Amino acid sequence: MSFQETLLLIPAYNEEGAITRVVAEVRALYPELRILVADDCSTDNTADLARAAGARVLSLPCHLGLGGCVQAGYKLAFGLGYETVIRIDGDGQHNPTDIPRLLDVLRQTGCEMVIGVRAKESGGLQTHFVRKIGIHFFRFILRPILGRPVSDPTSGFVAVNRRALAVFSRSFPLEYPEIETLVVLQRRQFTFEEVPCRMRQRIAGRSSITALKSVYYVIHVLLGVFVNILRFDGRSRKAPAKR
Amino acid sequence: MDRLFDILAILAVVLIIVVLRSLRREHIRVEHSVSWLAAAITLLVLSRSHRLLAQAAAYIGLESEAAALMLGILAVFLGVFYRFSRIVSGLKDMNITLTQRVAILEYKLHQQNEEQQAKP
Repeated sequence: MSFQETLLLIPAYNEEGAITRVVAEVRALYPELRILVADDCSTDNTADLARAAGARVLSLPCHLGLGGCVQAGYKLAFGLGYETVIRIDGDGQHNPTDIPRLLDVLRQTGCEMVIGVRAKESGGLQTHFVRKIGIHFFRFILRPILGRPVSDPTSGFVAVNRRALAVFSRSFPLEYPEIETLVVLQRRQFTFEEVPCRMRQRIAGRSSITALKSVYYVIHVLLGVFVNILRFDGRSRKAPAKR
Repeated sequence: MDRLFDILAILAVVLIIVVLRSLRREHIRVEHSVSWLAAAITLLVLSRSHRLLAQAAAYIGLESEAAALMLGILAVFLGVFYRFSRIVSGLKDMNITLTQRVAILEYKLHQQNEEQQAKP
């Protein structure tokens, strides 16, 4: 597997307990793969530890949230001419041994994005009850919008090609990007594929989405989904979407 | 009823004074003070215009001038809040873009410095 013109993007916020192992694991498996940790103004030593582990670090001077942090990485990758970007979380939940499979599907199918989704053998969703309901709710909502089922619309394990990078570097959902991203792609007639992956327990830290935040999450994302639909419908009436 | 209108007039005057003081101390920018001053002046005018309020109340179908006044205040301040929501959203977008640009520029600068140092 060639990793030329491929960048591994790890958005991280206060991940000092896990970032060293995540970077080291990727470097041990794929020494030629370039790793960029986008540090979202962590208040701990995430940036220093990532740098010490051998990653390049994009340090944001203000905390932007996940979407703003990922978009900064996409903008840099697009500007530097990368053809493919793989994004994994900085908490160690995503197994880097799955990276080649995501890249294979991205290159072979010609789709714009590949999502690493939780395989059945790696167990159910390791999250609390309210969030599980939210995920099932969004599966139900997204099916008619996307015209196909999606197993885990909240997965942060994704690979994107340059066409998607061009779009995301201009426009990217800022707070909870995963679900809205699918709608952005669909409205531009881009395609995505899913690859079952074995997810792991996070190495350290806790999810930022608590039970209470899950309610806000559902409302926020639902609004974002419909705004994206309206926005692109409005644009497509003026000018048809170009691929 | 008159006491209510007097209190609202006093509140409007206090609001104008607070906004002008904030302007003088540069706590508020001029362009952002316009909405508050316009709202305060509207409130002051409404609280002193009993005939206008009586006509408005009759037109809308409200029983009292006070209800018409409250409706007017609600409309004015909803307008102000909406305007500020738009301003804040615009500023947040600019802040995100600037933050990302600064981070990317710093990254590129750092890379250039490393490359220069690596040259013999």
